[in-house]
Amino acid sequence: QVWQIRLDMHLLNHDGNITDAASIAGIVALCHFRRPDVSVQGEEVTVYTPEERDPVPLSIHHMPICVSFAFFHQGTYLLVDPTEREERVMDGLLVIAMNKHHEICTIQSSGVVMLVQDQILRCSKITAVKVAEITELIQKALENDQKARKEGGKFGFAESIPNQRITAFKMESAAVDTNDVEEKAGEIIAKADPPAEVFANPILHTPGTAQIGEGIESSWGDLEESEKEEEAEEEGESEAAAFECHKVETEDTSTMKETKNDEPIVLSDSEEEEVVILEPQELPRKTR
Amino acid sequence: GLLVTKCGLLRHRPAGGGAFWVDSQQKRYVPVKGDHVIGIVTAKAGDVFRLDVGGSEPASLSYLAFEGATKRNRPNVQVGDLIYGQFLVANKDMEPEMVCIDGSGRSNGMGIIGQDGFLFKVSLGLIRKLLAPKCEIIQELSQLYPFELVLGMNGRIWVKAKTVQQTLIIVNILEACEYMTAEQRKQALAKLSGT
Repeated sequence: QVWQIRLDMHLLNHDGNITDAASIAGIVALCHFRRPDVSVQGEEVTVYTPEERDPVPLSIHHMPICVSFAFFHQGTYLLVDPTEREERVMDGLLVIAMNKHHEICTIQSSGVVMLVQDQILRCSKITAVKVAEITELIQKALENDQKARKEGGKFGFAESIPNQRITAFKMESAAVDTNDVEEKAGEIIAKADPPAEVFANPILHTPGTAQIGEGIESSWGDLEESEKEEEAEEEGESEAAAFECHKVETEDTSTMKETKNDEPIVLSDSEEEEVVILEPQELPRKTR
Repeated sequence: GLLVTKCGLLRHRPAGGGAFWVDSQQKRYVPVKGDHVIGIVTAKAGDVFRLDVGGSEPASLSYLAFEGATKRNRPNVQVGDLIYGQFLVANKDMEPEMVCIDGSGRSNGMGIIGQDGFLFKVSLGLIRKLLAPKCEIIQELSQLYPFELVLGMNGRIWVKAKTVQQTLIIVNILEACEYMTAEQRKQALAKLSGT
């Protein structure tokens, strides 16, 4: 039995050379990840939760890092780590993946440039220097994160975004003046429509059958209309529509209230065509 | 439960029924019907061109959707050309469709964008700022050099001035406008027109 791990990468923004950035992100994510601890006794496998036992890092043997080279004018010009604009007009691209032990893991050449042997050797020497730097940066970052977590300091993506930079799009929290909130709330309550009439007394049809209030119109028949209203893009529209529906309902209940005393009780939320209330002594009285 | 899908400032427009929307910084474009965008022709498939508009799918553009185009009189569109058009169809269920004519059949400024010039990408918020009526940035830039400018709602801007150097200067200023304050911009422009 083995573990299967999946790495998803989301590209938020870039200015070229996604390969290099993604390779660094991927290997750092794998080094940083902790998997649940497992113990195997014969046929029995116990997977411990993070609460039971500290999660364990993956066994990463080495850290291959990609370095990209862009070629222009048939190999005359070479640019390391090209930007978006340089990538778009380059003739050829050479990607070398290497680890800090100077072991080449991948070489990929694309484009219309024919590369000479010493060009490739030169590129691999540049790669070795770059990879050494980057690997050191990664090690330091992982150590800092581990230290911060142990000591209870702040860690994680949100904390690593610098706040004072112009690219951070942070707004200072705005103070809200709450001096006259009580007055304003009182005004709103005074001007608001009174709530729909509260039915405190149940209406006793027969011993055992009572009714409190009248309920709202069944809106099952209006399902299509309500879906169309939800599609309206502006919230204002749907809010206005919602208010209209509410008004219609209150009007209906008020008309029904007027007829209440004279005619038999109308059970508006029932879908039965005929509603029969069974009464012990009299004949059943048919209502809607 | 409640799920946050967009972060930003809540804006309200009381006019015309009232609208609420979330104002946020975004570079990724999602095709919207009626938006005018700059597309790059990536393929010609029979009677239809495939355009890259920066969305999740390429848009289609029929060769007849140009002013004065007929089956005999086809527009001269090559792969790699830039097209300024608007979305006829754009929703999450279908491939977006573009046209280069308006409702009455006139091109109204849309069509194939000329040769040369420079295309670059900025955030959607900057485009909306530039498209606002009486945009200061455009007015100040036009004092500098004469130039042609096409703004696509998908974050793409095409600029063409008399020389390559002038074009690149305008490109750099427009890109920097993302982060410069009005004073910084006026200073930069004053330095440029001075030298």
